Amino acid sequence: MSTEPFLVLSALLFTIGAFGVLIRRNAIVVFMCVELMLNAANLAFVTFARHHGNLDGQIAAFFVMVVAAAEVVVGLAIIVTIFRTRRSASVDDASLLKY
Amino acid sequence: MIAVHGSVLAQEIEIESPNIAYSAIYPILIVFGVALVGVLVEAFAPRPRRYVVQTVLAAAGLGLAFVGTVLVAGDLPETQNGLARGGIEAEGALAVDGPTLFIWGAILLLSFFSVLLFAERRLESGVTAFAGQAAALPGTEAEREASTRGLEHTEVFPLMLFAVGGMMLFPASNDLLTMFVALEVLSFPLYLLCGLARRRRLLSQEAAVKYFLLGAFASGFFLYGIALVYGYAGTVTLAGIDGAITNRVGGDGLLLAGIGLMAVGLLFKIGAAPFHAWTPDVYQGAPTAVTGFMAACTKVAAFGALLRVFYVAFGGAQWNWMPMMWIVAALTMGVGCVLTLTQTDVKRMLAYSSIAHAGFLLTGFVGVQAATRDSDDMTSLVAVMFYLLAYGFTTLGAFAVVTVVRDSSGEATHLSRWAGLGKQSPVLAGVFALFMLAFLGLPATSGFMAKWAVFTSAWAGDAQLLVIIAVLASVITAFVYIRVIVLMFFADPVGEGPTVAMPSVLTVVTIAAGVVVTVALGVAPQPVLDLAHQAGEFVR
Repeated sequence: MSTEPFLVLSALLFTIGAFGVLIRRNAIVVFMCVELMLNAANLAFVTFARHHGNLDGQIAAFFVMVVAAAEVVVGLAIIVTIFRTRRSASVDDASLLKY
Repeated sequence: MIAVHGSVLAQEIEIESPNIAYSAIYPILIVFGVALVGVLVEAFAPRPRRYVVQTVLAAAGLGLAFVGTVLVAGDLPETQNGLARGGIEAEGALAVDGPTLFIWGAILLLSFFSVLLFAERRLESGVTAFAGQAAALPGTEAEREASTRGLEHTEVFPLMLFAVGGMMLFPASNDLLTMFVALEVLSFPLYLLCGLARRRRLLSQEAAVKYFLLGAFASGFFLYGIALVYGYAGTVTLAGIDGAITNRVGGDGLLLAGIGLMAVGLLFKIGAAPFHAWTPDVYQGAPTAVTGFMAACTKVAAFGALLRVFYVAFGGAQWNWMPMMWIVAALTMGVGCVLTLTQTDVKRMLAYSSIAHAGFLLTGFVGVQAATRDSDDMTSLVAVMFYLLAYGFTTLGAFAVVTVVRDSSGEATHLSRWAGLGKQSPVLAGVFALFMLAFLGLPATSGFMAKWAVFTSAWAGDAQLLVIIAVLASVITAFVYIRVIVLMFFADPVGEGPTVAMPSVLTVVTIAAGVVVTVALGVAPQPVLDLAHQAGEFVR
């Protein structure tokens, strides 16, 4: 089975995620786009593991899942805190620090 | 391919217990262990005792880990014809070699003094500079209650220790997966610490959100880079990637894209342009103790990892990544020094100065000057490691000074408030002037020796053009540092002028350590240069 379509899909997901981070305003959505990037990397890892016939990539995918879960904990804590303070999760509103 | 894959699964896999040389990696385990004990202290110790227990635990743990690092460094075996010392430990996950141990030592020393800054209580009249109760909203009854009850978050100490553990793991990791996990272990606690300031909480929370979102974005790039490099080499170990590059396995597009994406992640952590945008905001918004810790330790760890990945794994593809790094180094110095000029806030100014310094460090990194047997040449590795240590102590000291200059609303970080500081407190202004001169690179300060080391190695490594740019950038930034000195000593105070709060012995010791190291490394740098030289190259 050719692995190429999976790589194309992975690259597409990564690009969608990266663009989402750049153009979306809501911190939660931005964060979801980052998660999409991590999942795109996971897909690439697993595809390459298949391609090379070793298990390194699959193991990497597990580690990434754990890291992403930890990232959710930290990230949501921070985003919820600033949402409660400012009553807004828009990344454009938090703009006290500049220049 | 599929047949091979199937047979791997079909075999009965015997799982051997991993062989882990605890005698070589115990400094890391001490730090993580103490961090875990700190979490238990939070759960079980009564609130009034936590502060003392946590402070003593953190300081003792870091001290113990430093002693351990020295002991491990004492009996490193020589390898690679005496060019390197050390070995690959923990089933290939960690490279415990001379440079690793030098970086561990630097991180542990710097974080030890950061703990002292974290523990400072006298400046806020009896509580630490961290939020009394992070969950209480700013300006509400709950916050006032937390403040009157004198609550404080002692969780900052275990969080900081987890970050230190990650920082030690990051430059020591011998495969990319360990490196990614280490990157996240060092980043997550820092994201939280940034948002925990007691005063100016909106700024602090904004800094945390910005740092978190951008940091997560950058680590996404880093991870995808790892995936592509794995696709190219079929392995994530640094030696395996080096082997694949040397044997030219084909698929260079994957390799180049992978190197580029990984560079984004690493350069972000270092604060190099064009990935520097987070630095001033986060440095300004975060509690100053955390800023000092980040500025000193994260930079050391991230540069250690950058050097290891690019020298050990991608060394064979040097001619592919070198032009990119040239541009990044030049751009970083340019952005850093030009924007330092326009700053009106001390913390932001120090942040842009740290960007400029990242550029100088990258100059040393780009002029690859590898060690040869029986030569005393300044290698890039020695130069960068020396620079990191020197810069770390100076910047930590500078941020410690910032915590002391205050007015009624907390730290007086606006530069105009610093006018006339020399009349108010000649000693403190003198100390800050010394740090400024060290940033500038005046002879007899550590900054001069550090820049000299980096520029010599870069010059010998055929990066003459970059050295010239770096010298020009130094001249431009000199203007800023001199302006601050003039402002402190020769300008009249605005209004009531700044007040210099008398800190406890903890901050005094940190500032004193900054002064001592800045002067000592400027006057007598040879012992430390020798130490960095003895560390040798990276093991492969």
